Amino acid sequence: MGRYDRNMNMLSKEENERLRSFKVCVVGCGGLGGYVIEMLGRLGIGHITAVDKDAFEESNLNRQILSNVNNLGQYKALEAKRRMETVNPDVVVDSIIAEFNDKNAEGILKGHNLVIDALDNIQSRLMLQDICEKLNIPLIHGAIAGWYGQVTTILPGDRTLNYIYKNKVQRGIEKDLGNPSFTPALVASIQVSEALKVLLGRGDLLRKEVLYIDTYTQEYHKVRFD
Amino acid sequence: MIKVKLFATFREGRQKEVIFNYFEGINGRYILDKLDIKEEDIAIYLVNGLDGKIDNPLNDGDTISLFPPVGGG
Repeated sequence: MGRYDRNMNMLSKEENERLRSFKVCVVGCGGLGGYVIEMLGRLGIGHITAVDKDAFEESNLNRQILSNVNNLGQYKALEAKRRMETVNPDVVVDSIIAEFNDKNAEGILKGHNLVIDALDNIQSRLMLQDICEKLNIPLIHGAIAGWYGQVTTILPGDRTLNYIYKNKVQRGIEKDLGNPSFTPALVASIQVSEALKVLLGRGDLLRKEVLYIDTYTQEYHKVRFD
Repeated sequence: MIKVKLFATFREGRQKEVIFNYFEGINGRYILDKLDIKEEDIAIYLVNGLDGKIDNPLNDGDTISLFPPVGGG
């Protein structure tokens, strides 16, 4: 199929076809989530669940790929579905317009092969890690703050976020720095590359280690936790 | 000698690396106090590249790495 021709040298035909059978849940459809959904969809992941309670507002336009001047006020999760209908109609997108919380988390995540953490606060991320472990689902964590970002791949039992958010820190430096256009795209790209490897069961993962990204000095550190 | 490596916003108003003279009993809490960094602002605290505890005494020659929390999406 022409659509996936350029995937074929890095993925086998069989792997390409397998991607259609996977179901991935993207929790958060903002800066990270928008790019993640775009890339998962173009790869040909068959089923994407997009979760976000919010609608687009003007301050999202600097970085959130799903936002534009014509869809301000529209729900992000619904815009993800609309976008994918024009990019890759083969992909089924389920939109869930709801706050992701400990009451609905299990119901939302159940049945997925993989979960992408594209949330915007630390407390919800730690809760997401707990539920993914309970449901035995791999989790790809990504977070951004200004020039900085981080990615790690968490398999059930790893609990890597407990190391990354030590001292139960509540407030990330993004509250002071904001987020520009480029760190969401960068971190989302690395998250999707990890997602693809977990789904296909090959390649080296950022497991039990975090890739800490500093685009201000272009320093990229892998910090290992064992 | 204790080498302290600072990352991301911890470098603002400071150097990338700060050296402390070693003395018996020196620990992360002493260093944080001298650097005017609050414990609750630290997401990752490493001693020689491994997850460490702020109150544990350090050894001469140790390297501390401090990372702030990144949580946005």
